[in-house]
Amino acid sequence: MAEASPRYGPPPPRGKKEHEEPAHASVGFYWMIGIILAIMTGMEVAIFYIPALAGALVPLLLVLSAGKFLLVVMFFMHLRFDSKVFTALFLAGLSLAIFMVSWLIVLYYYLPLFTV
Amino acid sequence: MTAHAAAATTDHHYTATGLPSWKVGFWTFIASECLFFGTLISTYMVYKRSSVQGPFPHEILNIPLTSVSTFVLLMSSLAMVLALDGVTRGSRRLSILWLSVVIVFGSIFLGFQAYEFIHFVGEGLTIQRNIFGSSFFVLTGFHGAHVTGGVIWMVTLLILAIRGKLPPERALAVEIAGLYWHFVDIVWIVIFTLIYLIQ
Repeated sequence: MAEASPRYGPPPPRGKKEHEEPAHASVGFYWMIGIILAIMTGMEVAIFYIPALAGALVPLLLVLSAGKFLLVVMFFMHLRFDSKVFTALFLAGLSLAIFMVSWLIVLYYYLPLFTV
Repeated sequence: MTAHAAAATTDHHYTATGLPSWKVGFWTFIASECLFFGTLISTYMVYKRSSVQGPFPHEILNIPLTSVSTFVLLMSSLAMVLALDGVTRGSRRLSILWLSVVIVFGSIFLGFQAYEFIHFVGEGLTIQRNIFGSSFFVLTGFHGAHVTGGVIWMVTLLILAIRGKLPPERALAVEIAGLYWHFVDIVWIVIFTLIYLIQ
């Protein structure tokens, strides 16, 4: 992360606290993240086709998928460098969504298996 | 464009936190989109094994094809950050190059999706065939609609870049378009794993 992009945008109005623009990563760093993402996608597909890994398929795929998700959110969407307010906003929506998905699956998929 | 109009197009409003209101608003929109796609994904997960007649997911989903389209979408995200970097540095050439790459890769992804949908319909899987078809087409169709919206957005940015109307002062507009594009990408990361790989 040697060279950082210059800040951009006009200054905020007088009397307002100035938002410090995030120090974005260098072009080389973005390329490295892109290559890691491509390798992780290749690993996901390889794991899918390896019979010996069938037992650990779901946890392995979930870990790789979560890793890709985090890389994109932290570096491509700049949450790693940006204001924590944006992270809080995103995590609020994401955690609500995860909570909702989990409960819907429990209520409509797993609970009927025990009640029938 | 008058000097006043030019100033108006680059004037960002700031919230009490000192953060640009566009960006705060857009992150709030992304949070709401998490819930939108969450409902579609959970509907698919609940009902994917409830179909009484085929085709079933393991019979029809094409992993190699979708792996390539996933790779293309991930690389379009890389091109998007490089486009933002080009705009931030004031490089018109780099902005045009990488925005074009985003548009081409986004269009290739949509082409793969159109091919997949046509192939599935040919195999007998329509939105009305079974509950797997209904939940699959609604989920991936809405994602495809988001990608289509993103491609149109990128085309407008490319036109601005070609006309020289995308100076570093307007990088926030490109960053917000990038946030949308990356969000569409992370939704696909989840869809690819949960729908295609974990069957």
